[in-house]
Amino acid sequence: MIFHQQQCPNGLTIIGEVIPEARSAAVGFFVRTGSRDETIEESGVSHFLEHMMFKGSKKRDAAQVNKDFDKIGANYNAFTSEENTVYYASTLPEYHLAATEILADILRPSLRSADFEMEKKVIIEEIGMYEDNPGWMVFDHARKLFFADHPLGNSVLGSNQSIMDLKRDQMVDYFQRRYIPSNITLVASGNFEWNKFLKNAEKLTTNWKHGIARRDHIRQTSGSGEFKLLEKKTTTQQNVVMICPGPPAASPLRYAANLFAMILGDQSGSRLYWSLVDNGLAESADCSFHEYDGAGAFYTSFSCDPQKTAKNLDIVIKQIHELIAKGITEQELEQAKSKVLSRIVRAGEKTMNRLQEVGMSWVYLRRYKSVDEEMQTFEKVNLRQIQQLIERYPLLRLTTTTMGPLAKLKMPLIPKQPKVSTSQHS
Amino acid sequence: MEKKTFNHTFENGLTLLAEHMPHVRSATANIIVPAGYIYDPTNMPGISSVLSEMILRGAGKNSSKELSLAMDGIGLDRSCSAGTNHIRLWGATISRNLEKTIDFFADIILRPQLPKADVESVKMLAAQEIMAIEDDPKQKVLIALKKNHFPSPLGNDRRGTLDGLKNITHDAITKFWKKHFRPNGTIISVAGNIDWPSLKTQVERLFGKWKETPDPILKLAPGKGGISHIAKETQQVQIGIAYPSVTYDHKDFYSAIGAVNVLSGGMSSRLFTEVREKRGLCYSVWATHQNFKELAAIICYAGTTTEMAQETLDVILKQITNLTKGIKEDEVKRLKIGLKSSILIQEESSSARAGSIAVDWYYLGRIRPLEEVQKSIDSITTKSILNHVKQFNPKEFTIVTLGSRQLKHGK
Repeated sequence: MIFHQQQCPNGLTIIGEVIPEARSAAVGFFVRTGSRDETIEESGVSHFLEHMMFKGSKKRDAAQVNKDFDKIGANYNAFTSEENTVYYASTLPEYHLAATEILADILRPSLRSADFEMEKKVIIEEIGMYEDNPGWMVFDHARKLFFADHPLGNSVLGSNQSIMDLKRDQMVDYFQRRYIPSNITLVASGNFEWNKFLKNAEKLTTNWKHGIARRDHIRQTSGSGEFKLLEKKTTTQQNVVMICPGPPAASPLRYAANLFAMILGDQSGSRLYWSLVDNGLAESADCSFHEYDGAGAFYTSFSCDPQKTAKNLDIVIKQIHELIAKGITEQELEQAKSKVLSRIVRAGEKTMNRLQEVGMSWVYLRRYKSVDEEMQTFEKVNLRQIQQLIERYPLLRLTTTTMGPLAKLKMPLIPKQPKVSTSQHS
Repeated sequence: MEKKTFNHTFENGLTLLAEHMPHVRSATANIIVPAGYIYDPTNMPGISSVLSEMILRGAGKNSSKELSLAMDGIGLDRSCSAGTNHIRLWGATISRNLEKTIDFFADIILRPQLPKADVESVKMLAAQEIMAIEDDPKQKVLIALKKNHFPSPLGNDRRGTLDGLKNITHDAITKFWKKHFRPNGTIISVAGNIDWPSLKTQVERLFGKWKETPDPILKLAPGKGGISHIAKETQQVQIGIAYPSVTYDHKDFYSAIGAVNVLSGGMSSRLFTEVREKRGLCYSVWATHQNFKELAAIICYAGTTTEMAQETLDVILKQITNLTKGIKEDEVKRLKIGLKSSILIQEESSSARAGSIAVDWYYLGRIRPLEEVQKSIDSITTKSILNHVKQFNPKEFTIVTLGSRQLKHGK
């Protein structure tokens, strides 16, 4: 693996990881923008705009965009999160330059009115789809409850109303504000020639206008700490999401945080697995670490028979309490590392995964890490760092959201953050 | 050129397949045992799924916890689930841990402890999984579609039913395991940076004494087909459509794949273009080929708000029947490149390859070399697709809708 980087005069950063033995090559534009960068009036515009990109440019209409991608057999798509919008394509190596050309072209969209109105309908359908899926909805509510007035609580999809009200001019304004070269990273990974790729990419983006895109309100939050029960009579299972604060993306504790989440709630062999799933109390239980620009959070979730919700909440709280009070064992840490290392190796074999890894690492940290370096960093995590994580973040400050048939539910008392034990330091 | 794929069938009928992938560091092992849900006794639907969870709960000398700990210790991501014909045990890790993986898998398949104390918890999990379908309308409509369209027991759902779960006892689970876990019909497939001779020796040592038993006889009862509706207060109406196609081993298989890709290959395909891009009727619409050994079908899906649902159904059906009116040269060109790309890019994944070679062996009794698959894709033409869709022009559709309004379908 060889890494390259280049900064263009207009501010665009181009990076690439060349993997000669890969069977494919991937390319993506990582735009540092998402729902957290929206005003209230333009709620949902980041995601709506992501759809509109595929509706074409001066050179191509929507049908032509789809045809041109399909003509080169590209596996392509885009996604929008709270703070990133990513457009990507992976192809056989011979089509890598062509894929880059299409992506660069559509990133300067025409945003035609007729397309805007048509795509509005599709977004409304997408919102409807998620509304019928309580397992998804509960996360959206949970994030909002945790982040409260912090912009990371903004909904990515927006609401039916905000989408209906949105005008094309607002989208144009948002585009001009956010899709500025200095706010975009062009990333390539896989089997490709860097020099050719770079020359091609520079030519394609040379006319993109220089500027500055700011992101406001970057701050940590420990969350509202509230409890919310959302009654939904038509559902059968109770879904629960508990969020507590964690380190931000740029923190060196991010590695410890990932391992901690795995120890608490990985789908195999974790504390939540043994205390909730193995015995059939919950259908599934999970803990995952989400890192953001300036903030971080652990999302612990489970779904279960509604009658068991109170008992299960109690168990989760006890498990977290115990982790804080007694710490983790050396064996648990090693276990979690084995799992992470194996997953990194396997993910690293697919260029599409590498594209995400390399791209996100650059967007957040301005840093490149090869698969081996990433593994080494995980290998070096020790009990002391896990302890630091536990000391620094109030993991029992839980913001809890639950959705399901229950009309009443009392949130169990959350014990005080225990004094952190240091007995297991070796 | 270095040999890439290997196969060996042992005396007891067990088949071992392998693909050597020197460019990867991962390895995947996959075992399919002929104990899928089609063998569930009629009063115990869901027992194969329950068994697939039970066999992980302790095996050989290891208790449930010890086994889980040991497999985590070698970074083995694994899953075990019941499918139509088989229970599938899958595990992926880094190459140097492959040997240990196969040791664990031999214990899980041949010496599961099937602890009685765990039966209730496993049944509770299974019941919750069945209940969860109610909260996932897309899943629910696709399960109902499968049930209505395919002959029983092929069209059953692997999760079974709440009533069926009640009848499942520890004895029944043990009996099911004894009867259906057998070497004949079992396929072990491995992909990664492997050493064939030592793999073969290890598998022979571990599985060589496993006793063969006769194949069970399976009777199929036709599905009811037709049009049905599940009433539910939801934002969207879910639409599922099925109609017959040809199987994996059929000479026209690639024409059928061509046809379904004209409908739903990439974003320039007809369903996406006509339903979503031109009319904005839905977010999600697709069609795919679903294969069993005995028969196959095309399954279509769309989810759309109630007001749009009737038009969505009409447009989809029209697109299906319109296939016989002609296929364009550029459509075929695009779908062929799409198919070729995915075949070649699959080489990056030991997991995908371990799965593919097992599928080949199960349906065709051999592993197709890459060149053969490429040739088959090359052989797709506008004419071959057109001939196929004319010959298999669906006379009847099985349709299931779910939502707050029933749709009309005039023939």
